[in-house]
Amino acid sequence: MEPGEIHALLGENGAGKSTLMNVLYGLYQPDEGEILVDGKPLKLKGPSDAIGAGIGMVHQHFMLVPVFTVTENIMLGAEQIRGGIAGFLDRRRARREVTEVSERYNLRVDPDAVIEDLPVGIQQRVEIVKALTRDVDLLILDEPTAVLTPQETEELLTVMRSLKAAGKSIVFITHKLGEVKAIADRITVIRRGKTVGTASPEASRDELAALMVGRNVRLTVDKTPATPGEPVLEVAGLVVDDDRQIRAVDGVDLTVRAGEVLGVAGVQGNGQTELIEAIMGLRPALAGTISLAGDRINGWKPKKVLRAGVGYVPEDRSVDGLIKEFTVAENLVLDIYDRPPFGAGLALKPDAIAASAKERIEQFDVRTSSAEAAVGTLSGGNQQKVIVARELSRPLKLFIAAQPTRGVDVGSIEFIHSQVIRERDIGTAVLVVSSELDEVIGLADRIAVMYRGRIIGIVGPDTPREEIGLLMAGISPDAAHDAIAAPAADKPGATTADSPGVADGSPASDAGSASEDEA
Amino acid sequence: MSTMAVPDIAVAPVDEGFWTRSRKVGLTLLALGLLSAVLFGALATDQQARFTLSDDAAGTALEINGTIGAILFGIITIAAGAALLAGVPKRWFLPVLGVGLVAFVLSFLCWQVSAAPTGQNFMPLVNIIRGTFILALPLIFGALAGVLCERSGVVNVAIEGQLLMGAFSGALFGSISGSVWVGLVAAAIGGAFISLLLAVFAIRYLVDQVVMGIVLNLLAVGVTGFLYERLMQTDAAKYNSAPRFSNWEIPLLKDIPVLGPALFRGNIFLYLGLLLVLVIHIGLFRTRWGLRTRSVGEHPIAADTLGVKVLRVRYRNVLLAGVVAGIGGASYTLALYSFTKNMIGGKGFIALAALIFGRWNPTGALLAALFFGFADQLATYLGAINSVIPSQFLAMLPYLATILAVAGLVGRVRAPAADGKPYIKG
Repeated sequence: MEPGEIHALLGENGAGKSTLMNVLYGLYQPDEGEILVDGKPLKLKGPSDAIGAGIGMVHQHFMLVPVFTVTENIMLGAEQIRGGIAGFLDRRRARREVTEVSERYNLRVDPDAVIEDLPVGIQQRVEIVKALTRDVDLLILDEPTAVLTPQETEELLTVMRSLKAAGKSIVFITHKLGEVKAIADRITVIRRGKTVGTASPEASRDELAALMVGRNVRLTVDKTPATPGEPVLEVAGLVVDDDRQIRAVDGVDLTVRAGEVLGVAGVQGNGQTELIEAIMGLRPALAGTISLAGDRINGWKPKKVLRAGVGYVPEDRSVDGLIKEFTVAENLVLDIYDRPPFGAGLALKPDAIAASAKERIEQFDVRTSSAEAAVGTLSGGNQQKVIVARELSRPLKLFIAAQPTRGVDVGSIEFIHSQVIRERDIGTAVLVVSSELDEVIGLADRIAVMYRGRIIGIVGPDTPREEIGLLMAGISPDAAHDAIAAPAADKPGATTADSPGVADGSPASDAGSASEDEA
Repeated sequence: MSTMAVPDIAVAPVDEGFWTRSRKVGLTLLALGLLSAVLFGALATDQQARFTLSDDAAGTALEINGTIGAILFGIITIAAGAALLAGVPKRWFLPVLGVGLVAFVLSFLCWQVSAAPTGQNFMPLVNIIRGTFILALPLIFGALAGVLCERSGVVNVAIEGQLLMGAFSGALFGSISGSVWVGLVAAAIGGAFISLLLAVFAIRYLVDQVVMGIVLNLLAVGVTGFLYERLMQTDAAKYNSAPRFSNWEIPLLKDIPVLGPALFRGNIFLYLGLLLVLVIHIGLFRTRWGLRTRSVGEHPIAADTLGVKVLRVRYRNVLLAGVVAGIGGASYTLALYSFTKNMIGGKGFIALAALIFGRWNPTGALLAALFFGFADQLATYLGAINSVIPSQFLAMLPYLATILAVAGLVGRVRAPAADGKPYIKG
């Protein structure tokens, strides 16, 4: 790393990027090898050593205490103290320092705001200010854009540039190609814990993607135009609260027809989770109606919804989709274990379960040592394939997939996408929710954008990504159209909607590079 | 930074409907007020209800006609309920609720005192307040031990055991040495010993903290019970006759009417308990120690990434909790009684309830402990004047209130986020 350099660390999920950086930040201990700072080897026993050596880190999951104020979070661990041994906090001095740093780097934060009341983008800013108050020279940003809207991402890239101008070095960990190309000075690609190459930002997306995954991957989803039929799922005026009794879905109307994929795009936490859970009967609908092929299914138990012909891939497979300690075969019949041929009366039929498991493992290309292996021992992609296999093995009217490829390797993504399209082509209505815009664009025949509990617009898959990005940030369709009309005009060829990158989930990348061009 | 402004187009206010929490509480209060005005008013007699302000029954007193008082205070409760129902600003919610509840209690007392047998139509306020504090004292220490422990993320169900071990070692070593101070130090060490076991098993060996707490309580009962029978009972004069702290009168303060004789002629434990509430409150919210403690209890990983030694903070706080609870146990054996088997008798669990009722805050815990102490004291008083209300019924009320509080009726009760979750590095 050079001073004043932005170094991108690019790699697939699970390639070892975060682990490497956690070692650098002293959270994990290296088994072998050493870290050199200014030519001298550095021994890090813990994060405080790293901070002492001028290394700061913004973690993927923010390291902020939700009930503390911004100032309290920033001063923690390096408290300004008065009153000697009693150690009274000098909040006034701490506050002043926060204000000073945030003004110097143009990172506006309210020092007295409580973290849990702040939007994610601002929380990230607090994290950066926290690192900067500790006088770091090297700032590690671990997947900083995963939770941001395209516009927030753009702001972050601006912040990174101004930090670079101030002489700070930045390590930028990501798997999103667009952002890397927009900002990095140097790119190191990591695969399976090894450096597989370095590249300059001029390298094309395809080259970078190939380096990341080790083979050429298709960045598009093959599909024919949809032939929509009758409406299968109709949602009208749906209102749902989240766990904290705060309104999460606020009057949603949706229709999904047989033989089409409706994609729901949006930054995570805008009510997508609650919408799906309400449809599945996992969460009460406070108002509105949900009907499935004409039957009103409000208030049905999840089991009844499933039996009515709904397939469901939940967004967090480790919590909802699988029982990790159970075998692959058992997980494959979790939905129908009590029905023939798998169950009769009180007894299970192990032979039938094993036979069907064998068949489906083959059909869905699940890589497992055996059908009797615990599902928890499989890789993320193969776990997801088990869920998809289970859900698609029943005759379905409606298939709901929430974040179907989160934490899944590129090979499995391709396979899962092709299965989703296959299901559409046999006439099932499909509802896909994903925070990866490219996935939605690639799969969907129509895209509904969700923002603060509402569907803010429904657009076709050919819509420019900038426009969808603005919708995701809550700018209504007309305004969005006006807002991008100007910049879109003077950058021809920047639209990537016709070739969405699977491994590139960065909707703002083009907007980011555009603004750089203008500057 | 120049980004386009994001208009807040879909910020729908969370509409709670007409029945907000404040209105529901208001309606309940209104019902209570009606009950007290009508029922207590009808049952009260024309006797004067006297609330005496001095130590003797004949001295100065606040007096009110029983019937009038019961109805008057009932009406105040109704008014408070109606105010909440009509809608008051948020910051007025607690004060109005407080007025309403106090008026309800007063209405009840007007009935009870006026209906007491002739000659007993008075309530000695000094005794009631003093008794409230004495009964609340172990709860205060216990709840503070809970605050120290749980704010750092370790559930402390072992308060009972810590109190008991403190009481026991205070009595034993106080008796042997003949010094109250040696007894006090021994009590602190005894409580800390139980804490040490909790800390090692919960933090080092990741044993479920609730299960561990319960086991430690049983251990404390067993060990102290065994030693009591084998040691103390055989030679009580030598092993179970600890010297006691005498009452200290605080100059000036002791002359305040009512409060002076009730509070400022007590023993060292009363002063120590109140002082600790203040010290721990300031410590938690104003010092580096407090900030780190709370961060470790809320988000230990975040604290770790900033160089806070999570496990060390937890060990230290759990041990401190044991010291505080141990001293609380000594408030029995070095001031009031000699040691008996299982003498804490569940107060540690009530302290746990006070901790939750007080929302993991030192001052909140103090108020909750006083509330429990008052209910306890009231039950005793009503028993003495042969009230028609069974004292067991009254003794039950504080716990009913705790259940309602924990169920979220009196606002959201939120424990430290990492409470009870062991921290495993990496």
